[in-house]
Amino acid sequence: MSTPALAARPAGFFLRRRRTYRLLTLPAVLVIAAVIVFPWLFTIYMSGFDWKIGSVAHFVGLSNYTGLATNQRFLEAIVHTFYFTALAVVFPLLLGTAAALVFHREFKGRGVLRAIFTMPMMATPVAVALVWTMMFHPQQGVLNYLLTSVGLPPSLWVYSPTFVIPSLVMVEVWHWTPLVMLIVLGGLAALPTEPYESARLDGATEWQLFRHITLPLIAPFLVVAAVIRTIDAVKAFDTIYVISQGGPGTASETINLYLYLQAFAFYNVGNASAVVVVFFIIILALALLLLHVRQRTKWVAA
Amino acid sequence: MAAVVPAPSAGATPHRGGQRWTARRVLRKVGFGFAVLVIVSPAVLVFLWMLSLSLKNELDNLTYPPVFIPSPPTLANYTQVFEQNAMGLYFRNSVIVSGFATLLALLVGIPAGYGIARLQAHRTTVLVLIARMTPALSFLIPLFMVFQFLGLNNTLTALVITHLVITVPIVVYVMAGYFETLPRELEEASLIDGGSVWTTFRYVALPLARPGIVVGTILAFIFSWNNFVFGAVLAGRATRTLPAAVYNVLTFEQLAWGPLAAAAIVVTLPVLILTIFIQKEIVVGLTAGGIKA
Repeated sequence: MSTPALAARPAGFFLRRRRTYRLLTLPAVLVIAAVIVFPWLFTIYMSGFDWKIGSVAHFVGLSNYTGLATNQRFLEAIVHTFYFTALAVVFPLLLGTAAALVFHREFKGRGVLRAIFTMPMMATPVAVALVWTMMFHPQQGVLNYLLTSVGLPPSLWVYSPTFVIPSLVMVEVWHWTPLVMLIVLGGLAALPTEPYESARLDGATEWQLFRHITLPLIAPFLVVAAVIRTIDAVKAFDTIYVISQGGPGTASETINLYLYLQAFAFYNVGNASAVVVVFFIIILALALLLLHVRQRTKWVAA
Repeated sequence: MAAVVPAPSAGATPHRGGQRWTARRVLRKVGFGFAVLVIVSPAVLVFLWMLSLSLKNELDNLTYPPVFIPSPPTLANYTQVFEQNAMGLYFRNSVIVSGFATLLALLVGIPAGYGIARLQAHRTTVLVLIARMTPALSFLIPLFMVFQFLGLNNTLTALVITHLVITVPIVVYVMAGYFETLPRELEEASLIDGGSVWTTFRYVALPLARPGIVVGTILAFIFSWNNFVFGAVLAGRATRTLPAAVYNVLTFEQLAWGPLAAAAIVVTLPVLILTIFIQKEIVVGLTAGGIKA
């Protein structure tokens, strides 16, 4: 197509080439089929059985699903998941955008400081969660020391049913705000200069510039950040498992924690598989909802 | 992006001259410096506290009010986790699991990325998004049962296979994206000269793709290294990876803070060092499948 010499080749030449390209993808396709697609299908299959590891499985149709619909503990886990996710999306978005506006400016040591700021994002979640566990400790933890030293009352943090989810969100915010910052920073780098110049000439304030020019232009990036953050927050596991194990009681038991217990504490894999299917549908629905919002922001921008 | 974009609240307004201008400027600079400090300090403080805990003896770690600066600093916690808690073994397990999972992913993922890029099959990357959306535990239940059937539970082989769930999609995604940015002319020339698709891939495209391969390798390795739940479920006592070991061995079998913090640093330090090499590309990996803006 690009050169006459190639265009002169017989059609079979291109067909053969396409076939070879497909052949190159074959090993990866096989691996993905084995470790990703097969588990999906097997999960759906298992969700139709009363299946406990070590005993005989009986086919039960949809009763795992109907059981979930009336399972108080599971329904509460859904509520916890949404509560956790809402906080763990909104706060990183707000703080990440603020941080991006700061790091977008030129200043001395920007590169080094930005690298330090993004460190939490790559740190091993379990390792970080352990350190936070120690910081949350009500008697010897450094967080209560900091609170009391500025005259605030100490908190029970993850040992209180009311504060456990906000405390876990704090870790999540610390961990993932840098990712939002980097995504928004990418958006800021692509901003045009002209609108700012003409708006300044018209006497616009800095806030007006931000509200009416910057914000609409970076909106698509904010939506991308929101999609990624939502998917990751709904699936959050390591931090919650290490810090609170879903407790106290079941106060911070999210869907993922409930799923883990069903599968690997009670070995109730039939029921757990049904949870997986419902869980995946919830994640898919959330992602589609956000992508729908993204389309709308695009139309508004156009 | 060399153009200096006026960020909101950037700089002072030029048409306001005189003394007030410089006073404002100083004030703004101080305010801005303060903002930077507030933004960076949580990251710095948590890591410093981690370091401080790992360098103090147990007495200092448990006193209240807390001791911030270890005096004198001690490496006893580090020697303890390596000598008494077999951190060396777990470190080796992690290197083997993440190393092999990354190597296998490169082996199948680089050609696949090339094929996808040249077939212009962009839609296949949606699979990466779906794989990202699937909770890790949902891969784990079926694989756990298959490994049990095959008698592979508690082996490093099972862990390597499971970690392919993490490494293969990321390598395919990064490589497909990278091959798409390579100019086609050289490849076309090689094909016209009678080279096969395979030789063109092997001798023309592959050498050019080295930067992409470096990024894919580091990202796959980091994500695999950081994974906790696969190791926690599938590994036996002697085959635990570092994150699983830190959680299981140290938290339940002893509750000492110093060794725990030392272990946490041993786990996370290699990742932080690797990160330095791919500062700019990290975001590509973390948003993989997350559709370009």
